[in-house]
Amino acid sequence: MKKTFKLRDLDCANCAQKMEDGIKKIDGVQNATVSFLTQKLTLEAEDANFDAILKKAVKTCKKIEPDCEIIV
Amino acid sequence: MSKKHKKMLARILLSALFLAAALLLNTEGYWRLAAYLVPYLIIGWDVLWRAVRNILHGQVFDENFLMALATAGAFATGEYPEAVAVMLFYQVGELFQSYAVGRSRQSIASLMDIRPDYANLEQNGELIKTDPDEISVGQTIVVKAGEKIPLDGVVLEGASNIDTAALTGESLPRAVQPGDDVISGCINQNGLLRVRVTKAFGESTVSKILDLVENSSSKKAKAENFISKFARYYTPAVVLSAVLLAVLPPLVLGGAWGEWLHRALIFLVISCPCALVISVPLSFFGGIGGASRQGILVKGGNYLESLAQAEIVVFDKTGTLTKGVFNVTAIHPGHISEAKLLELAALAESYSDHPISRSLKEAYGPTPDTSRVSDVEELSGHGVRVKIDGDAVCVGNDKLMEEIGVKWHPCHHVGTTVHVAVNGDYAGHIVISDEEKPDAKKAVAALKALGVKKTVMLTGDSRAVGESVGARLGLDEVDAELLPAGKVERVEQLLAQKSKNGKLVFVGDGINDAPVLSRSDIGIAMGAMGSDAAIEAADIVLMDDQPSKIASAIRISQKTRRIVYQNIVFALAVKLLVLVLGALGYANMWEAVFADVGVSVLAILNAMRALKSPPANQPQNPDTP
Repeated sequence: MKKTFKLRDLDCANCAQKMEDGIKKIDGVQNATVSFLTQKLTLEAEDANFDAILKKAVKTCKKIEPDCEIIV
Repeated sequence: MSKKHKKMLARILLSALFLAAALLLNTEGYWRLAAYLVPYLIIGWDVLWRAVRNILHGQVFDENFLMALATAGAFATGEYPEAVAVMLFYQVGELFQSYAVGRSRQSIASLMDIRPDYANLEQNGELIKTDPDEISVGQTIVVKAGEKIPLDGVVLEGASNIDTAALTGESLPRAVQPGDDVISGCINQNGLLRVRVTKAFGESTVSKILDLVENSSSKKAKAENFISKFARYYTPAVVLSAVLLAVLPPLVLGGAWGEWLHRALIFLVISCPCALVISVPLSFFGGIGGASRQGILVKGGNYLESLAQAEIVVFDKTGTLTKGVFNVTAIHPGHISEAKLLELAALAESYSDHPISRSLKEAYGPTPDTSRVSDVEELSGHGVRVKIDGDAVCVGNDKLMEEIGVKWHPCHHVGTTVHVAVNGDYAGHIVISDEEKPDAKKAVAALKALGVKKTVMLTGDSRAVGESVGARLGLDEVDAELLPAGKVERVEQLLAQKSKNGKLVFVGDGINDAPVLSRSDIGIAMGAMGSDAAIEAADIVLMDDQPSKIASAIRISQKTRRIVYQNIVFALAVKLLVLVLGALGYANMWEAVFADVGVSVLAILNAMRALKSPPANQPQNPDTP
C-alpha cells in the first residue's frame, strides 16, 4: 500500500533527509520519501502492518524533528 | 511573510537592540556576562532548547546542537559579543532561508494552480456548486465563462474558446463546440458550456498532471543522491576534525587551548550541509515546475537531469513529425474518371476504420452508400476485396496487385499509393500522404544546435516516403518499413552505438510505441492531452503535439543542471575555503556564519532561476556546467 501524508512544520531539509533514512529502516517499509519541497511523506509498506508501521514512522519523525508533525 | 516569520523578526530586532546596548554599556565582570546573556537568550533560547531535547533523543550531530556548542564555546572563551552575533546571524540566515524556500515553494505551487475548486452540477434544472470529487461519470456540469473546466468531458451544448495555456503553454485559445472533448484544467473564456462528464475527478487530466508533478520529487536525480550521501558523511567528518583541531595542536605543538578551541568552534558552525541539501532538490523541482508551465511534464528529477545529455534522438514518424492525418494528394485513373475512381475506393473501404480508409472517404465527400457493397474481405497488410454493384473490386497496395495478377505501375508522387482493380483490370491509383508538422524541421535543427549528435526517424511506412520526409526535415538517418518489433530492435542497436554518458531519447505519440518508450533511456510521448496511455508509458510527456517542445525540454534540463553544478561547486568551495582559513586561524566566526547560512541563501536564490524557462532563441552550450 502506498499512501501520502502531509507534514506540518518541516523546517529543515537536512532533517527531512534524516527522517527519510530513518523511516526507510523501519521493518516492513518498502519505500519512503520525505519531500521537503512538497512537505509530504510518501510511505509504501506492507498492507497488513501498515498502521503499525505508520505509528513507528510517526515516532521516528518525532525523534528526529520534534517540531514536525505527520498529519495522519 | 507568515506569523512565525514575523515573530522571529521581532526577536531578531529586540536581540540586536540589547546587543547594541551591551556594547555601549561596556561593563566589567559578571555584569558584562549578564549584559550579553540577555540578547543571547532572546535570540537563541529555542536553539538551546532544541539542542538539549534532541540530545535526549539521541540526535547528536544536529544543527541546533552544533550552533549551541559553538556559541557556548565562544562564551567560555570570553568572546561574548561574537557569541551573540553568531547566534543572531544564524537566526537571520535561517529566517531568510525559510522565507526564500517558502516563496519558491509557493511560486512552484502557483504554477500548478490548475486544480479546480468546484463544479456546477446540473440537477433537476438547478445548478449546485459541488466538489469535483463527488461528481460521477455521466452527470452534466455547466462551465461558465471565466471558470476552470473541472472534469474531463464532452460538450453537449454551447460554443466557446478555451484557454489551454495552463496545461500546454499554448497561448492561442481553442474553439470548442458540441461534440468536442474538453480537458479539465483549461479555462472557459467566453461562452457557457454544458458538459457531460466522461471521467471521474481522480482519473481526469488535471489529477493525473498534479499527481505526476508532485510525485516527481520521489524519483531523485543522481546529483540529489550524491548530495544526500555526501551530507551523511560531511557533518560527522567536520565535527570530528573540529575535535581533533581543539585537542591535537595544543597537545602536540603546545599551543594555547583557547585559540585552538576557537578555531574548532568555527568548524562546528560550518558543519551543516544545508545549502546543498536544500538547493539541489529545489533546482530540480523548479526546473520541473517551469517545464510544466510549458506543457512539458517531467516524471522525475532523474529524467530532467539526464535529458541534458541527449545524444541520439529517435522519432517515430506518424503523429510525431507528421500530423498523422492522411490526405489524398493525387488521383490517377486509367480509363475511368477521377471521381469514379475515388468513389470505387471509398466504397471498397467503407467498412474500414484505418486512417487511409478514412482519408479516402473524406476525399470522397458524401457517406458511401454501403448497400452497393457486398462480400467484403479484408486482407491484412494488403488491402480489401469487395463486390460493388456486382463487380469484383480490389483496393490495396502493390502486394495485393501482384497477388491478384494485375499489371500495375508505380506513381511518381511520393506517398502511400492505393491501387484499384476492377474485375481484374487495372483502374488506376490514388496517392495519399501525410503532412509534416509545421515546426518539425525547426525542431530537428534546434536539437542539433543543442548538441544532439544524431537524429533518427523510424517508420513503418515505405522507404520512399520515409526518405523523402527525412530529407526534407534534415534527419540524419531514416529506417523505413519497420514492424513494431523492428522498432525496438533498431533502438537496441542505436543504444549500443551511443557513448557511455550519452542518452538515447525516443519520441513517439505514446499510443502503440510503449515498448520502445520504455526501452530507451528517456521516452517522450507527445500529444498527450487526454491520452492516459501516453502519460503512463513515457518519462516525459508533452501535452501538445509540437516536436519543437523537445528542444525546449532539453534547454530547461541543461539550465537546471548548470544551476545544480554551480550550487554544488560554490557551496563546497566556500565551505572548504573557510574551513582551511579557520584551521589556519585566518577566518573568524563571521565568515563561518556566512559559509553556513549565507551560502544557503545564495544557493536557494540561484536555484530559483530554474523556475524561469530559458528563451528559445539562445542555443546553449551543453558542455559548460
